[in-house]
Order: sequence, then structure tokens, then C-alpha cells
Amino acid sequence: MTFKTATLTAIVALSTSAAFAEEVRVYNWSDYIDEELLTKFETETGIDLIYDVFDSNEVLETKMLAGGAGYDVVVPSGTFLQRQVQAGAFQKLDTAQLSNIGNVWDVISSRTAKYDPDNAYSINYMWGTTGLGINTGKVAEVLGDDAPVNSLALVFDPANMEKLASCGVHFLDAPAEIIPAVLAYIGEDPDSQDADVIAKAEPVLSAIRPYVQKFHSSEYINALANGDICVAIGWSGDVLQARDRAAEAENGVDIAYYAPTEGALMWFDQMAVPVDAPNPEAAHKFINFILDAENMAAASNYVYYANGNKASQEHLVEDVIGDTAIYPDEATLQNLYTTSPYAQKLQRKVTRLWTKVKSGT
Amino acid sequence: MMRRFLLIATPYFWLLALFLVPFAIVFKISLSDAAIARPPYMPQFDWAEGIRAFISQLDFENFVFLTEDDLYWKAYLSSLKIALISTVLTLLVGFPMAYGMARAPTEWRPTLMMLIILPFWTSFLIRVYAWMGILSNEGYLNSVLMWLGVINEPLVILNTNIAVYIGIVYTYLPFMILPIYSTLERLDGSLNEAAEDLGCSRFSAFWLVTVPLSRPGIAAGSFLVFIPALGEFVIPSLLGGSGTLMIGKVLWEEFFSNRDWPVASAVAIILLLILVIPIVLFQRNQQKQQEAEQ
Repeated sequence: MTFKTATLTAIVALSTSAAFAEEVRVYNWSDYIDEELLTKFETETGIDLIYDVFDSNEVLETKMLAGGAGYDVVVPSGTFLQRQVQAGAFQKLDTAQLSNIGNVWDVISSRTAKYDPDNAYSINYMWGTTGLGINTGKVAEVLGDDAPVNSLALVFDPANMEKLASCGVHFLDAPAEIIPAVLAYIGEDPDSQDADVIAKAEPVLSAIRPYVQKFHSSEYINALANGDICVAIGWSGDVLQARDRAAEAENGVDIAYYAPTEGALMWFDQMAVPVDAPNPEAAHKFINFILDAENMAAASNYVYYANGNKASQEHLVEDVIGDTAIYPDEATLQNLYTTSPYAQKLQRKVTRLWTKVKSGT
Repeated sequence: MMRRFLLIATPYFWLLALFLVPFAIVFKISLSDAAIARPPYMPQFDWAEGIRAFISQLDFENFVFLTEDDLYWKAYLSSLKIALISTVLTLLVGFPMAYGMARAPTEWRPTLMMLIILPFWTSFLIRVYAWMGILSNEGYLNSVLMWLGVINEPLVILNTNIAVYIGIVYTYLPFMILPIYSTLERLDGSLNEAAEDLGCSRFSAFWLVTVPLSRPGIAAGSFLVFIPALGEFVIPSLLGGSGTLMIGKVLWEEFFSNRDWPVASAVAIILLLILVIPIVLFQRNQQKQQEAEQ
């Protein structure tokens, strides 16, 4: 739905643009903004905004590495950003053009500096965790009331998965997020860069593979909300969006999100400007618009993801700032881990492992 | 003189610009090494170093790599299998339709032809998405069957190879029907009458006269389905499951997940070599048909 509306916005933006009107092209994740912000940006700045969406870092990265994608602002995740910066895909941000730069939250920017030293190339848009989306009613029905809903054992223990298969389980199609989760489950370092350690994830995944209905990184929102599936490994805000869609539909589906107690991946989606952006000045205007405390808060209130903007916090609704699934408490925060990008040779092994798990070959 | 030169040069220019140059670029990338750069492979051609230094850095390593991992062979074989089965299924569905069209009263034919072509007015992608709506567990097909009481549990079709076959047959059906129809339409009806006069039953007249005479159309239709089905990516990725192994998907993973353009290019080159055989056969078939007509 959001995809359709986004495309529509893009078409409307295209068709109404006068011959010499200034434009800015933004490429962001699907289901990741309050669309009213897009029109607000256009009215405030008079710049035509063309907003496209993607649902995988890989697609974005290929566009960045090929060059000439024509976007002014893109939003890769930290590990991908780090490699793309190395490849020379981005230009340094000009903070002089970002009057709202003071709004950033140091707790987050100190963490994103791991991927982008000094945050020279990027600014955090939103961040979240990768965890478990649960249809509470169905899971209790299948596994009983004491189901381990906040543990990775729910999805990595074949005994549980065998039963859950009857009501449907989706996994993210993102090896760089699922493999660290498996490593956390078996007590290894989730950020391991050792091929032998990573190989240990394969038997665990192969054992539960028959019970996974689908590997997909965006379909699970609707599938959870409609009650088509009962468990998904997914992104925090997406699961919470599913919770809201189910509540709106009043279909009796009750969705909850848990960051697993064994540890959960914390990731950061970073706004950056491609080195060959057609309109870097407008790109900075867009980033500055998002950095505005009220705008950023509106986006977070809409999509249920935490942001890296300290000043926005006073505008956040209680549902967002008060929910530990979105803004984790200190104890959960301690339990979150981050990962680093895989080197080329290791990446090949990881993809191969993933293909082997998914297709059995 | 000039006109003649242009006449001869145009198809060669076409071949050069739309096939040989892209092929050479892909082939060159397949001999390079992956790197963290933009674009993500090395070496890049540098005039200063000269062409010899550049060529000396290229090697066939990526092709050797493809033979070392059985994933690639399995994917090629599985694609061949899926393409072959889909072609046969499309033929089985398409031939009766083409036959019916050719036998229909002349005034109906333009309408029937229109019905075959009409789906092209809608985007291919939207039509494949529509199949997702039809085939899913809560989709129209299962709702109707459950309502009729034919089944109690929904049939799992979406995300399996069956859905891929349905998608390919549906999408490529017009490419099968149209060439068969055009040969059947031109068949001389008196040949069948003669066969029946000589003691053939209607069925054996059909089998011994009509089918062999429509062979050029069957061959053309089959190639038009088989060749694109072999490298198909959209249909298996939307309708197929994670277990559907096709070379188009492997190519996608090499390109996007591994960002290994050189290996992806090597996979593409081999796919092309596999396709050259049916394409040459198709060309021959077309040529023979033309000669027969003259």
C-alpha cells in the first residue's frame, strides 16, 4: 500500500513539476515515513520531491556501486554504508548547510561513528533492533502459555518450529541479520568474522528450514497483521506497524515485539548523499528538514522506529518514547549488539551458506 | 553503391551495437576481479598503462570457480528442466486454443485474436502480482474451492514450482498460440478431406496431416517460450518459493548479495552459451520455413 502511494507521489511530483523546477530525489526504505512530511517539504521549500522506496540494502548498494543512480539522498544501514564509503560512493556532508545539526543525539552518533568515523558522510535517520514479531494468541494456542516468546529458542529450536509451522513463520531475507542471531543463540560472538564460526550457523538453520514458510524482508508486516503467519524474525518498527494495522482492522489479531534475551542486533539507517547526486544542495535541504525536531518526531510517531534526534524526543507520543520495544531501557540496551561488514571472501561464504539453507543446494 | 552499402551495413551495425559490444563488456567484466570500488571490479582500463598491461591482469579464474561449486550446475539444470516442462505445458494448452481459433468462423477470428493480445495491454508485473492474489492460501482459488467444498484445507500453490509453471504458461501463452495459429490458418482444409476420403478417421487425419503440417508453428512457438523461460527471473522470484532454484535468481544473488560482478558476468556468459544452441536451431527453423514458402 505504502509502496503504491509512494509511487503515486512520485508520479504526481513528476507530472506537476514545471520545466525548470528544482527537484530532489530521495531513496528510502519502504514503510519508513509519514507521507504528509513529503508534501510538507514541498510546500516549505518549493522543491519537487521524488520519493522512491526499496526493501533491501543489497539493491541500494548495487545502485550506489554502479553509479549514476540519480538520487540525492539515500538511506543505507550502517554496515553497508561503511563499505560504500570505502568504495567512494558518498560525498562528505556540509554541516554549514545543516542548521538543525545540533539536534542529533550523541548516544546514537557515538555508535554510528563505528561505521562512519566522525559521522562525516551520514546522519542517522532511524534505528531499531531485529527481533521476534509474535501473534500472541496463535503462539499461545500452539505452544502453550509459557512459550519462550522473548527467546531465540522460539525460532531456532526445531521442537518449537515444528509446531509453529502450522500457523506460519517468516524470516527476513537478510543473512547479515539472521546469521548473527543464530550465533548469539548458540553462544558465539554474533559479530564473528571467522568463517569456521559462521559455518556453525548452517546446521542450526538447516534443521529449522523446513518449517520456515518464507524468507522475505517486507511481506511479513501484512502477513502478521492479517494473521496469515504467527511468528516473524523482523525489524522492531515493522512489527509494531503490523500491530497497529491489526488493531485498526479489528480482526482479533494481537501482535507483540520482543528483542530476544540472548541479544538483539541494533542497526542504524543513515542518510547520505551520493557522490554523483544531481542536486546536493537540495539533498542537504531535505536532510535538514528531517533533522527538524518536529518533523523527525512526526516520522517516528508514524512508523514506530526510534531516531537519532535528541530534540525530537519531547515531541514523541508516549506510545513511542515510552515503549521499550522502540526506545529500549538501559538493561535491554546493554543486551544489544552491532555487527561489522563482511570482507569480500567471507561475504561469498555467507551468501553461499544462505543459498544452501534456503534452497537446500 | 552507397545505398547498397547502407543496406548491408545496417544489420551488421545493429548486431554490433546491440549484441557484440554489450557481450564484450560483460565478457571483460567476467575476466576481472571483484573489488571495493565504483564500479566494484578491477582492473579498470587505464590508457596510461596501455592495453597490454590491462589484458595481462585478466584471467579465467571466475569460470573455474563456477565449476568448483555444484550450485551453478544444479541451477542451470533446474532452469533447463523448468523451461522444458513449461514449454511442453504451454504447447498442450496453446495448441488446442490455436486450433480452435483457426477452425472458428472467419468473422470471429479478429475478436479471438484480440482476446489473445488483450492481456498485453496490462503490465506484465501486475498480471504476475494478480496471480499471487489468486494462488495464495487465502486467495480466490482456495476460497472458491473451499466454498464449493472440494477441499477442506487450502492448497499450497504460491511459493512452489507449480506456481512458477502456472506463471510461465500464462505469461508466454500468446507467444505459443500466435505462430501455431498462423500456420494452422493457412492449412488447406481439402488435405484433411482427402485423408478422410481415403479412410482416415477424423482423429488420425488430424494426427497424420494437421499436426505434422503445423510443425513449423509448433517449433517457433516452443522456442519463443523456451528461450526467455530459461533465464526467467521475475516469475520465480514472485511466485516461486525459496526452494525454486533458477539461474536467473543465482545471477541476481551474485550481482546483488555478493556484489561480485565478475562471477555474475561469468554466470551470464555461460547462460548465453547454453542459449545459443536453441537460438541457432530457431533460426534454422525459420529459414527452412521461408525457403519452403518460396
